[in-house]
Order: sequence, then structure tokens, then C-alpha cells
Amino acid sequence: MTSLMKGKRGLIMGLANDKSLAWGIAKKLHEHGAEMAFSYPGEALAKRVGPLAAQVGSDFLIECDVSDMDAMDAAFAQIEERWGKLDFLVHAIGFSDKNELRGKYVDTSLDNFLKTMNISAYSLVAASKRAAKLMTDGGSIITLTYYGAEKVVPHYNVMGVAKAALETSVQYLANDLGPDNIRVNAISAGPIKTLAASGIGDFRYILKWNELNSPMRRNVTIEDVGGSGLYFLSDLSSGVTGEVHHVDAGYHVVGMKQEDAPDIALG
Amino acid sequence: MSDTADRVKKIVVEHLGVEEDKVTPDASFIDDLGADSLDIVELVMAFEEEFGVEIPDDAAEKINTVGDAIKFIDDNAG
Repeated sequence: MTSLMKGKRGLIMGLANDKSLAWGIAKKLHEHGAEMAFSYPGEALAKRVGPLAAQVGSDFLIECDVSDMDAMDAAFAQIEERWGKLDFLVHAIGFSDKNELRGKYVDTSLDNFLKTMNISAYSLVAASKRAAKLMTDGGSIITLTYYGAEKVVPHYNVMGVAKAALETSVQYLANDLGPDNIRVNAISAGPIKTLAASGIGDFRYILKWNELNSPMRRNVTIEDVGGSGLYFLSDLSSGVTGEVHHVDAGYHVVGMKQEDAPDIALG
Repeated sequence: MSDTADRVKKIVVEHLGVEEDKVTPDASFIDDLGADSLDIVELVMAFEEEFGVEIPDDAAEKINTVGDAIKFIDDNAG
């Protein structure tokens, strides 16, 4: 066992349950000696996050609604008070009205467009600004995105547009924070059945399609994502910033259906 | 009790942390077993995994009681 994260402390934002990508990352970080705090948006998630945090040796839970800038200030103030500094940040947060994650993008409402952008993209900017102040010895920030930011994926709709804003934010944040040795990267994970994914229409079809058509002919797991998260949050990736890194069994390089993949019906 | 009922009961007890004898066919997930809306989504995912069945959103919305879940699985699994 190596200890790539020994002595490093970080905040995980967006853990929901043991299917979460954030959980895959947290488990891997724990194996390598990291110390973690977990933020959650409200009571419904608190009871889920607490027991998982305990499994990775943490009792540091912070309630934080990321759309409330005062709550964000308070959350990072708690970290400053307890730890004094921060080494890494995992941003695994997104939200959209699930009624607009089916049907057509053209029907997106202004209200949901703004809310989706706020929670799914601006929250990274707001969290990075506050985290950077505590990253006095440099640091590493990662967020989670999806291929629907780059190309059209049925039903991903406004979330794809928000992920595009998120990915571009990664580049601008990387540039702003680079002089302070703070790196900012994104992991673009292939589809994984999580609580969040349950809101996306025909998600099973997306999963099946990726399994049949990715170069590796499989879907990825939260453990796959965890390994890449460890790379970005440890010094293994010390020269890497501004990257959108695909952990998708290679799906993003494929231009059309594989010859050996059967035609599948929406089911 | 059928095999499906036993397996459903086991999942519900484990997930919601409720007493086994409270998980009757008539028990409502929300009103009787204290589930919240995220629990329902998680239970539906757990049922799908356990029984290899697909529970679409419109069907999931109609599953209010333990008995509703058992019936849906018996009608659609296999």
C-alpha cells in the first residue's frame, strides 16, 4: 500500500450514497491516507453521508447549500477553523429539474436553465474561490463532467449545456489559480447508474449503448473513476491542469456504432 | 410468503433500517416505513439490481406499498 495522500486534507462536495462517483473517489483517497470533510445540501442527504464518512474515518460533516453564498462562506470558514488549510477539493454536484431531462432542449425554461447553471457550473467557481484561499501550499481541485457537454446525448439537454460551462470554467480556473500552484481538472466519466443519473430519461439505453460501443466494450465503475481521481488529487499529476480527462472506457473516440454491437431498441 | 416477497422484505429492512415485522404488504414506504423521496429512488434501484427487472419512472411512481413493489416485480421479472 502506498500513501499518495498522506498528510493531505480535502473537502468532498456531493456525496449522496455508495453508488456516487464521489464515493469511488473518497474510498480510493482513504486507502491512500487522505483526511476528508464532506459537505451535504440538507437533512435528506445528511443521514446518507454520515455513515459513509464514518467508513472512511471522518466525522467532519458540513451542511452547505451551494446556491447560497453565505452558506458557502460559512462552510469554508468551518474548514479554516478546524484545519487551517486545504489541499484538495472534489466537486461532484449537479442539479436540474428532471422533467427537463427528457424531451427536447429547445423546451428548456429560463428558470430551470438558470438554476441548472447555478448549481452545476457556478458552484465550482464559488467553491474554488473559497478553497483557493485555504490552499496555501498549492492544491488540486477536480469536478465531474460528462460527454453530453461535448456532443449531443439524448435527454441530457440543459445539463449538457451546464457541463459545457463547467468544462470551460475548469480551463479559466486553471489559468487563474495556476500561479498559486493550484491545479483544476475535470473527469468526464462514462455513464454510471447513480442517484443523479436516475433523473435522466432512458438512462438504461445510454448505459447499454456505451457498454456495446465503447472500445473496451464495457461501462466504467466508480472504482475506475476513483483511481483517476487519486491521480488528479495526488502529486502523480503535479504537472497537469486545465484537463478534461475521459474515464469512459474510450467511448469518446468512437465515431459510429461498432460492427459487433447489436442494434438495440429503446425499452 | 413468496420468494419475491422475502427478497423485497430483506432489501427494505436493510435499506430503511426498520423492524422486519413492520414490512407487511400493506405498509406504505413513506407513511409507515419513514422513507423519503431519495429512499424510494434507491429502493427502486436496489429492486432492479436484485431482480434484473426494469422499473420505469411512471411505474415507480405507482409503487407506494411493499405489496405494490412485490406485485410489479412478480408481473415483470424473468
